[in-house]
Amino acid sequence: MQDDSTRRQFLGLAGSAAVLGAVPIVTLRPAEATPAMLASAIRNVVGEAVVRTGRVKLEVPPLVENGNTVPMTVSVQNPMTTEDHVKSIHVFNEKNPQPNIGNFYLSPQAGRAQISTRIRLADSQKIVAIARLSDGSFWSATVDVVVTLAACTDEVI
Amino acid sequence: MSPTGTIVVAALLIAVSPARTAEIPQAERRSGYSFMAPDTQAIQDDDTTNPGMLWVLDGEKLWNNKAGAAGKACADCHHEARASIKGVAARYPAFDKALGRPVNLEQRINLCRTGQQQAAPLPYESRDLLALTAFVAQQSRGLPIDAATDPQLEPFVAKGRELFMQRQGQLNLGCANCHDDNWDKRLAGSAMTRRAANGSPASAA
Amino acid sequence: MASALINVPKKAKRGETIEIKTLMSHIMETGYRHTAEGEVVPRDIITTFSCRYNGAEIFRAELFPAISANPFITFFTVANESGKFEFEWTGDRGFAATASASITVE
Repeated sequence: MQDDSTRRQFLGLAGSAAVLGAVPIVTLRPAEATPAMLASAIRNVVGEAVVRTGRVKLEVPPLVENGNTVPMTVSVQNPMTTEDHVKSIHVFNEKNPQPNIGNFYLSPQAGRAQISTRIRLADSQKIVAIARLSDGSFWSATVDVVVTLAACTDEVI
Repeated sequence: MSPTGTIVVAALLIAVSPARTAEIPQAERRSGYSFMAPDTQAIQDDDTTNPGMLWVLDGEKLWNNKAGAAGKACADCHHEARASIKGVAARYPAFDKALGRPVNLEQRINLCRTGQQQAAPLPYESRDLLALTAFVAQQSRGLPIDAATDPQLEPFVAKGRELFMQRQGQLNLGCANCHDDNWDKRLAGSAMTRRAANGSPASAA
Repeated sequence: MASALINVPKKAKRGETIEIKTLMSHIMETGYRHTAEGEVVPRDIITTFSCRYNGAEIFRAELFPAISANPFITFFTVANESGKFEFEWTGDRGFAATASASITVE
């Protein structure tokens, strides 16, 4: 297993180095085994920047009765001033057919960096929310959700 | 009551009342709403976040649309829905004299469409029929359900009770096996309701 | 025009942070469902949502198939002047819808 994650790390880094033409410091905390699609979707948003854990609160019910309508709230501790505000919030998932859930762009006059919506989850999985701050930093939160009735993949109409 | 007295009464109850086929006492009846998870209840509590209200809005538009060869809208006969249709949904299914059998709310709406508006009936589960039904049902919001108390409905209620109990299908299950014997438990994560008949039409997702 | 439910407070104090709730009627067909014959039902979703406050964009969202049917989106803004909120949804197959709400800021 140790070899596996090291190799995956290397491939991940090498892949992004080839794309960006520079060796990134780190894209994600290597200890988390995130599927490749999720990792590359996150990379599309954050590029080569470090994503730190914290400041972001991702609220999703831990046990979901129906994966077709899962209430989700993302909030970021931030004063929301012109000098210091949250520019955008990006939400990703691990096991849906595709990794993006939504991208939300706020203005400095938002007053509160918080959005709510309802999402579909195709399986029990991790959800990741990443906030981009006006100073260029990225912060994230990850939540594990158990889904008993899956969305997306079950349906025949 | 003395212990002997209690045992005697209990024995009588077991022997005499087929507890399953009995009506649930009024005080013990539970709305489908009470089985929902708090998150789902929250979605329904606020009219501006409840997706079902989108159908009610559509239904209100349809109520005022002229339709069919007669060129009539529901509003032309029923006028303003809030006053004229209040309480209607609460007493459906209702006995229809002409047909000699009960009709549910959807069938009643279609009877008006074909009979009064001379328009084609709306297909079951179609967006328009769901919207009209939701709008009509909305006018009875908060009112107690008062269906099936009409003596003319007795034979149909009895047939319904029979079907509710009857085992059928590949799993050899009757409705009662889950909704009577196992209500308030969970089936694959979903709450098992107790013979709930309210809250229709309900949003599936 | 598709139905929308908007919840914006009618009145607010200058500088107060208010929550705006929106609900738009749309099937949000994921593109992953199949008919019984095995054919894929093509994707049909709302892809962007935006809100302007007296003409200035204050919020924008990019939506993907993972957003539930009848997209429900809430966000906040500081109420600094009376006027109008204009909401716009666009999506696949040329979907376009708008809605608006007024606010009095004292």
